[in-house]
Amino acid sequence: MTAKISFDDVVVGTELPTRSFPVTRETLVRYAGASGDFNPIHWNGRFATDVGLPDVIAHGMFTMAEAARVVTDWLGDPGALVEFGVRFTKPVVVPDTVEGATIEVTGKVAVLLDDRRARVDLVVTAAGAKVLGVPRAVVQLA
Amino acid sequence: MPLDAKFIGRTYPPTEPYEVGREKIREFAAAIGDPDPAYNDPEAAKALGHPDVIAPPTFAIVVTMRAADQVVYDPELGLDYSRVVHRDQKFTYTRPVRAGDRLTVVTTVDDIKVLAGNDVLTTRAEVRTVEGEHVVTALSSLVARAADESEG
Repeated sequence: MTAKISFDDVVVGTELPTRSFPVTRETLVRYAGASGDFNPIHWNGRFATDVGLPDVIAHGMFTMAEAARVVTDWLGDPGALVEFGVRFTKPVVVPDTVEGATIEVTGKVAVLLDDRRARVDLVVTAAGAKVLGVPRAVVQLA
Repeated sequence: MPLDAKFIGRTYPPTEPYEVGREKIREFAAAIGDPDPAYNDPEAAKALGHPDVIAPPTFAIVVTMRAADQVVYDPELGLDYSRVVHRDQKFTYTRPVRAGDRLTVVTTVDDIKVLAGNDVLTTRAEVRTVEGEHVVTALSSLVARAADESEG
């Protein structure tokens, strides 16, 4: 594991590059296939509204995967991510449009830990609302 | 009816090994839109010190979700899966999942509680290679909405 970011180069408050990730119905169908999670709330609008959702929603694990990309891209080695946890607080609603939805992710170093590790806190939003609660990663820096 | 707290601490038998393939990793990485070479190119992964391509961090859910079926479909537990939503997910990695791994999962019910009338089931999945090397621990909590809640 060889992160490209050195522990000596970060301080509390160091910001990770902000990213936006598009999500369309096609994205969700691909994710359903790759992950094996075929719950119809992620691709069938009729089913989603029948169970009380506003529309089709993204898999929580898809949103978590996009959030992780901000950390792994910054690290340069995805293997340097040692811990990652989230709470799924609000669904990412994905309308059946060309644009779909957008997941916005920002992150910054929150705590410096022992053994050249750091805690990174993320903010993950869609349509202006936080969709993940306390998304936090622990990373092993060089 | 709330889930029975006697299930707390119950551990299910290890799952049949899941063999992680390069092409499955590639498919998963493409599905999340991530072109990171560590997921696609064995040489790039080796340059980072990994023996083969590694999987994106959340790929572990593919393996642990199958294992969790033992719990969520356990007829004795009686969880109504049609009312379940994912509440929390946390992974703690000893190392990344990588191509060639044969992974077996031992799932334990860590907690059962009722929050605002809804059942919350927390499971811990310990993912190891068949050789016994720890790879990742996944903590998941699921909420089953109360049956008498209005469907909107």
